[in-house]
Amino acid sequence: MSDGIHPIASLLAAVARGITGVQVQWAGCEPDVRQRIYFANHTSHLDFVVLWSALPSEIRAHTRPIAAKDYWEETPLRHYLAENVFKAVLVERGATSRTKSHDETKFVGRSLIEDMSAALGDRNSLILFPEGTRGSGEKVGEFRGGLYHIALRRPDVELVPAHLENMNRILPKGEYLPVPMLSLLTFGKPIQVEPHENKDAFLERARDAVSSLRRIGPA
Amino acid sequence: MLTAIHDSILMWLFGGVLCLLVILTVIGRALKRRNSSNISRSTIDNFNAQIAAWWKMCLVFMLSLVLGRIGSLVLFGILSFLALREYLTLVPTRRGDHRTLFWSFFVIMPLQYCVLGFQWYIVFAIMIPVLACIFIPTSIAVAGDTAHFLERAAKIQFGLMVCGYCLSHAPALLLLKIPGFEGHDARLLLYLGIVDQMNDLLQYFWGKLIGRHKIAWRVSPDKTWEGCLGGLVSATALGTLLWWATPFTPLQSAGISFIICILGFSGGLVMSAIKRDIGIKDFGAVVERHGGILDRIDSLCFAAPIFFHLVRYYFAR
Repeated sequence: MSDGIHPIASLLAAVARGITGVQVQWAGCEPDVRQRIYFANHTSHLDFVVLWSALPSEIRAHTRPIAAKDYWEETPLRHYLAENVFKAVLVERGATSRTKSHDETKFVGRSLIEDMSAALGDRNSLILFPEGTRGSGEKVGEFRGGLYHIALRRPDVELVPAHLENMNRILPKGEYLPVPMLSLLTFGKPIQVEPHENKDAFLERARDAVSSLRRIGPA
Repeated sequence: MLTAIHDSILMWLFGGVLCLLVILTVIGRALKRRNSSNISRSTIDNFNAQIAAWWKMCLVFMLSLVLGRIGSLVLFGILSFLALREYLTLVPTRRGDHRTLFWSFFVIMPLQYCVLGFQWYIVFAIMIPVLACIFIPTSIAVAGDTAHFLERAAKIQFGLMVCGYCLSHAPALLLLKIPGFEGHDARLLLYLGIVDQMNDLLQYFWGKLIGRHKIAWRVSPDKTWEGCLGGLVSATALGTLLWWATPFTPLQSAGISFIICILGFSGGLVMSAIKRDIGIKDFGAVVERHGGILDRIDSLCFAAPIFFHLVRYYFAR
């Protein structure tokens, strides 16, 4: 990954901040250049750009999104944005435990963790949406396993939960014109895998860490 | 509108407002520093926040004088847009409302100010109450989601009415043609602002001083009969004393001030009820950096259209 931020990325970040008027709150930790994986709920295409733009620029320059290969390689524009502008790490989607056969899950999962670990290197941070797809925004969906495996693989990296609010109302899935409502972004207290904690328990706890950061009450 | 600078009466009026604000700012600072025991910390912070908001309102007014007619419309258009943004952020809508909301923000609201700019009065008067009232439910119906249909249409319609329709009547005052009062319309806007905001302040002041009997404690614990009546009488008296800056006689000025005060009170009460319903204390409390516009204009929203129509009907050509 070459250093520096692509000018189009900076431009898009500024536009996204303007549209969403995002209010950032570091509730559980402070911005830090140390290696982290920010994991958040996912309801809108704006999620990544907004989260990324909320980071101070020296952190932003070394923070890359994890994005689904099947979606972001579909058209040349998407591919260009993902690859060149945001320097995304394109991966096969991790599976939820129910959707794929056991062997296939294992295989995809392993290459996913390899890719993520390589992308982290020794100085980068990642932004991950463990739900794997955009939800409706009513509640945070079930997390896929990648977060757990990368946490085991790289215990040196801090896992920071983040909650994005109202993004599904600004630009929901399937719409292409944004409505300029205000949004909130809250960073929570870092979590880690406890000794003897199994995958499902950890993922459930990670999901709670995200959804407990909600600030406007449920509609 | 730059001619407004040469309007000495307007300058006296505005100068008076600035002097009062300077005095209030000094008092606010002194209270904060001394922090005497019989006034609570939050009351003082509240007071200082209100004064800060008034400085901003003065700045908006001054800008609208400098920018002229079109500039004022753009300025108030932006205020309307931001107020609607704040309202819809906190009032729940559904996924099926997305396109309707898009139209509300980017078509209906700008159109309201455009027809005002062209002084197309009939369309200005029916744009949101009639046209939007037909368009919004239709557009939600087209989206196909019928859950809470009536409620959703009403929420969006009310937001457009308050933030768009009602607020746009404040700059509309600048376009009135009153015989013998040409070029002085800015005074009407300032008069409305002074009476309305002083009513807020005096209600609060009398309420703290002698308030005993709550009007609707469930909605707004601060509002008492004593405070409300005290504010009403004293703000009406103040409005009467400002008759020389308006096209009204002292008696007319008293009547109009009285109406502004009543409407200011009801605007504040209704917005409080909405906040209670959503479960927040202030619109600004949730969205700190951008918020608070609705908290500031709540009393103005109801007063502006009635004041405009009264003046237009009885005084304008």
